[in-house]
Amino acid sequence: MLSPGFLTTVQDLGRFGYAHLGVSASGAADCLALRAGNLLVGNAENAPALEMTLAGGTFEFSADAVVALTGSDFGADVPMWRPVAVASGGAVRCGASRSGARCYVCVRGGLDVPLMLGSASTHLVTGMGGFQGRALRKGDEIAIGRAEIRRPRAATAPLPAGDTGVLRVTPGPQAGSFGDEFYQTEYEVSEESNRMGLRLRGPALAAHGGHMITEGVTLGAVQVPPGGEPIILFVEHQTTGGYPKIANVVSADFHRVGQLRPRDRVRFQMVSLDRAMELLREQEEWLHGLV
Amino acid sequence: MTILPASDRSLLISVGLEISLAAHREVLRITRALDGVPGLLNLHPAYASVLVEFDLRRTSHERMESAIRERVEAAVHAPDPVPRSVEIPVRYGGAEGPDLEEVARHAGLSPREVVETHSSAEYLVYFLGFSPGFPYLGGMPEKIATPRLAQPRKHVPAGSVAIGGAQTGVYPVASPGGWRIIGRTPLRLFRPEASPPVLLEMGDRVKFVPLEEGPL
Repeated sequence: MLSPGFLTTVQDLGRFGYAHLGVSASGAADCLALRAGNLLVGNAENAPALEMTLAGGTFEFSADAVVALTGSDFGADVPMWRPVAVASGGAVRCGASRSGARCYVCVRGGLDVPLMLGSASTHLVTGMGGFQGRALRKGDEIAIGRAEIRRPRAATAPLPAGDTGVLRVTPGPQAGSFGDEFYQTEYEVSEESNRMGLRLRGPALAAHGGHMITEGVTLGAVQVPPGGEPIILFVEHQTTGGYPKIANVVSADFHRVGQLRPRDRVRFQMVSLDRAMELLREQEEWLHGLV
Repeated sequence: MTILPASDRSLLISVGLEISLAAHREVLRITRALDGVPGLLNLHPAYASVLVEFDLRRTSHERMESAIRERVEAAVHAPDPVPRSVEIPVRYGGAEGPDLEEVARHAGLSPREVVETHSSAEYLVYFLGFSPGFPYLGGMPEKIATPRLAQPRKHVPAGSVAIGGAQTGVYPVASPGGWRIIGRTPLRLFRPEASPPVLLEMGDRVKFVPLEEGPL
């Protein structure tokens, strides 16, 4: 790492099976970009890669490598969304984001870090997983792994962005406690947003329901604390919570949440569970087209 | 038992709306019964509910709901597991329990009486949640309940034993926190390199044991 960038961590697709111990999945904030990048370089989808946030770094390779950059455009000096050969001694340089919040550097073979509870993903809140449980620093060296399973793919186009200012949601467990103002409001993503959650700014929502007791919460849940401004629970979310949940972002839009930046504006659109499945199927078809 | 979608890849099983021992036993039974269901990603047990997250590529809401009903039905007569008893040594007061005096003042007790009260009760681990290894404990005597700090601390060390309202708990990892810190345990409640990675598990009975006479 000649320079790590603003916040760069090692991520895979997450750590599943430990929520009952209080451990949320973590994993790539834009899981679609990570999967696509890995497919492009011929890796297993779940191979660990670098996740850069808002501003990217410079990474030098001490051996010949094949990389693919996916996600948002960080002004890198190599083309995105295609496998690129980097010769030993060469480097990949990235700058500030020109579009969304996160860009991925997937390396053929993946990154070789120890698995913690079955995953290579960094859980920043607990300092677990990834590279020594932390964000990368200048001078860190990471070995390339052996996650390649097929030849690198041909170049591809990025996922059609769609309307990134809209998040599709299904109703949450306490949706009945709220009116429909939520769906008529444009929210602003607050600076106090991170991998745990995205705080939204907008008119306060009033809850009409009775008291609730702490229950399980899942990725993409939109919870409304007493102040009335919603929070989208994200990849490093707490596993249980006591605030009512008005909605839940659909799985097909998790990657959009991962690309939201502070001060971005976002609206919510309710869809049926069937529509949510359809959106996911379309996305999986696009992804499988890369193989 | 009601089962409703919580998202496009999860179901929320509810067994009640209140915190009770009966609900806890039901949650424990359901959680055990669902271990290993095909397509399962995560179980989030809580006071009176279990959130079930699943892999949409391997199952669906309908199939998962039938699997849950079948498994839970089959486990109806499963014996309750014998609860484990776990002792947690605590150094109360001093630098490791900076709020002990304040809790004592609020309760109208001496710090020693707070320690005696806190360490003489037996606690039940309702579930682990919020953050890795954090136990939701029931059973704290009401008389040492103390409101949370108006301004949460930016850094609460791992192992801190604290009181927040009518609840008590132990911070498994260093984090910000607004509970009143009355002591610290040298035990690690979360140790990702070990198996199991947590010291306490749901259903455990817990006692806090004063390590030594603190500077009371």
